[in-house]
Amino acid sequence: MKKLSARRRHPLAAVVVLLFALAVTGGLYAAFAPAESAKADDTAQSLAIEEGKKLYSVGCASCHGTGGQGTSDGPSLVGVGSAAVDFQVATGRMPLQQQGAQAPRKKAIYTQAEIDQLAAYIASLGAGPSVPTKNQYSPDGADIAKGGELFRTNCAQCHNFVGKGGALSNGKYAPSLEGVNPKHIYEAMQTGPQNMPSFPDTTMSEQNKKDVVAYLDTVNSDKTKSPGGLELGGLGPVSEGLFAWVFGLGALIAVAIWVAAHTAKAKKS
Amino acid sequence: MSTTDNRRKAPAGERVADWADGRLGIYSLAKANMRKIFPDHWSFMLGEVCLYSFVIIILTGVYLTLFFHPSMNEVVYHGSYVPMQGMHMSEAFKSTVDISFDVRGGLLIRQIHHWAALIFLAGMFVHMMRVFFTGAFRKPREINWLFGFLLFVLGMFTGFTGYSLPDDLLSGTGVRFMEGAILSFPIVGTYISMFLFGGEFPGSDFVPRFFSIHVLLLPGIMLGLLVAHLILVFYHKHTQFPGPGRTNKNVVGMPLLPVYMAKAGGFFFLVFGLIAAIAAIATINPIWAIGPYRPDQVSTGAQPDWYMGFAEGLIRVMPGWEINVAGHTFVLGVFIPMMIFPLVLAAIAVYPFIESWVTGDKREHHLLDRPRNAPTRTAFGVAWLTAYMVMMIGGGNDLWATHFHLSINAITWFVRIGFFVGPVLAFIATRRICLGLQRRDKDKVLHGRESGIIKRLPHGEFVEVHEPLSQEQLHTLTAHEQPKPLELEPEVDENGVARKVGATRKLRVKLSKGFYGEGTHIPKATAEEYHEITSGHGHH
Repeated sequence: MKKLSARRRHPLAAVVVLLFALAVTGGLYAAFAPAESAKADDTAQSLAIEEGKKLYSVGCASCHGTGGQGTSDGPSLVGVGSAAVDFQVATGRMPLQQQGAQAPRKKAIYTQAEIDQLAAYIASLGAGPSVPTKNQYSPDGADIAKGGELFRTNCAQCHNFVGKGGALSNGKYAPSLEGVNPKHIYEAMQTGPQNMPSFPDTTMSEQNKKDVVAYLDTVNSDKTKSPGGLELGGLGPVSEGLFAWVFGLGALIAVAIWVAAHTAKAKKS
Repeated sequence: MSTTDNRRKAPAGERVADWADGRLGIYSLAKANMRKIFPDHWSFMLGEVCLYSFVIIILTGVYLTLFFHPSMNEVVYHGSYVPMQGMHMSEAFKSTVDISFDVRGGLLIRQIHHWAALIFLAGMFVHMMRVFFTGAFRKPREINWLFGFLLFVLGMFTGFTGYSLPDDLLSGTGVRFMEGAILSFPIVGTYISMFLFGGEFPGSDFVPRFFSIHVLLLPGIMLGLLVAHLILVFYHKHTQFPGPGRTNKNVVGMPLLPVYMAKAGGFFFLVFGLIAAIAAIATINPIWAIGPYRPDQVSTGAQPDWYMGFAEGLIRVMPGWEINVAGHTFVLGVFIPMMIFPLVLAAIAVYPFIESWVTGDKREHHLLDRPRNAPTRTAFGVAWLTAYMVMMIGGGNDLWATHFHLSINAITWFVRIGFFVGPVLAFIATRRICLGLQRRDKDKVLHGRESGIIKRLPHGEFVEVHEPLSQEQLHTLTAHEQPKPLELEPEVDENGVARKVGATRKLRVKLSKGFYGEGTHIPKATAEEYHEITSGHGHH
């Protein structure tokens, strides 16, 4: 102690104290804040943006412009958010094969890692809805009946009662939602792709979106039970009528022909 | 009956019959009808398909009424279908869901009822077309044709009211459509709508009202018409296709008892079995997936059952015209289709009367026409069917668009144009095809059937061997009549006095020429031609 008190007036004392204080605050910050991971993520993020930008210049820039500002062939991507990128690219809609009424769903050509990089780049252009977490879109803890009601009020006009799809004007259409990843359904609601209106959290709360996803998971997925037998596409009276004519009346006529061909064995002279 | 009284007492069956005959007079009735002859042809069984599916509909319908609550009181669902737990719905909808999931056999019976209804209507349609194209509607059967037509129309409305009962989102949309159609009627529309729904749509009355109409009023009338239809079939006797030994004065076939009773009885069970199998295999109207009706909700792909698809098409492709006269709106976009709908149906219904007037044919006809031998009628029928089918495409335009990757606007324009142009093209093409088939018949009669055997003659020529037809085949191909068109009377009569010919008469003669005049038939082979050719060329 004596040594320490004897040197407290040393010209370098202040420097030592300053270093000490810095070390303590820095140490405490390092200990208590998630500083380490944040630091690591930051580099990964910037790396992802960097990689995403490269992918973007190869696959997207010809229509959306070199900086995502949009051209006459494609809209601006500033502010669409990572959710939009994840939806469009992971469902195969983008990159577009050809200009047409609507971009059809097809096989995704980028891996999920590449899609994430693209999404990171587009998200860096401007704030927008981000890719939902699994917790947000998983059907657990959702109200299916409420989801059904919401679906019929907001979605069925275009997507049919249980999401089998429907026609829009001039060759556009609301696609079938059968077999669509719940994450993509959630993202579509968030971002409103193509002709679809968007349902941001201010319009339709996170919980409500979860309900809708859960409803579709119940009535229009591999888990869906069809208690009445073959669904006939779930398209309603048109496919039912066709079935009644072809298989119902068709079979009955076949039976009638069979019955008429087997007449009583009358004496034939 | 092993007593010694055996000789004196008649057998029990005979005694029961005797007892009944004394009170009901069934002996003479049975004697007159039990050996009634019916001709054999598969197309004559189409009516039976309708009759049996009607019986199936009534049987299953009775079962459904035991569990269905025709009420629009709002209730909360707590049944066994999980995705609807806690939802508000009408009692009608809830009881239908309960029939589907909580009543033993309920879903199967519901599906049999609905499939049988679709097949019943389809059966009636095809039955009607069979009668039309073979000319079976001619005297004396015009009234029965109208009975059948009425059955079809009533069947459409019975089906529509039944489709509306579950109060699901699909049928509710259909009822809303109907309300709109009623509202489009000038002046009276709003009154009728308020009267029908007991106030503003949807109100709380239409389900119980439609229920009475669906289970009581319309089926009652249909049952009466059906019995009348069958009585007339017995009274007129059945028509038959031309053939050797078949004339306008006889019926060649098998007796009702035992042959047709056995056949018809067996056929009933085949029809029932087939419809039940279809109902067990395929879903129809899955109301649990569709959800309860709420006027603020609507789904795409909301179509009526097929027999209303024609009306749906008319509405879908009609431009949304609207005019204002003295402060009143006339919704022509809905009103015009609602006027065309009965007109198109009536066109086929009144055709028999038009044909008999135009042709002046007042004789009885019990021998059927082969469609090719009545080219104008056949062409008219095909034209009518074309218009009907084009509108069916219009009714399902959204599904055509999504499933064939077409633009719904293009389909709508196709239907708009096709409704007018299609029937004309179909008329022309059908008549030409009929004439071609007549030529073929004539060729077959005169030159025999092409056997496909090529023969080389001694001098090197190759000929195809034609097999002469049998006497029966020759008869069948030449038995039909080829009527002459009406002729306009000469302008002056035998005394040189100018004759006044009315405009109707002129029209009639003109139409008659259109039916039977030049270019409407190929003169059938005559016996002279036949002899000349068969004796001249020899049989090669």
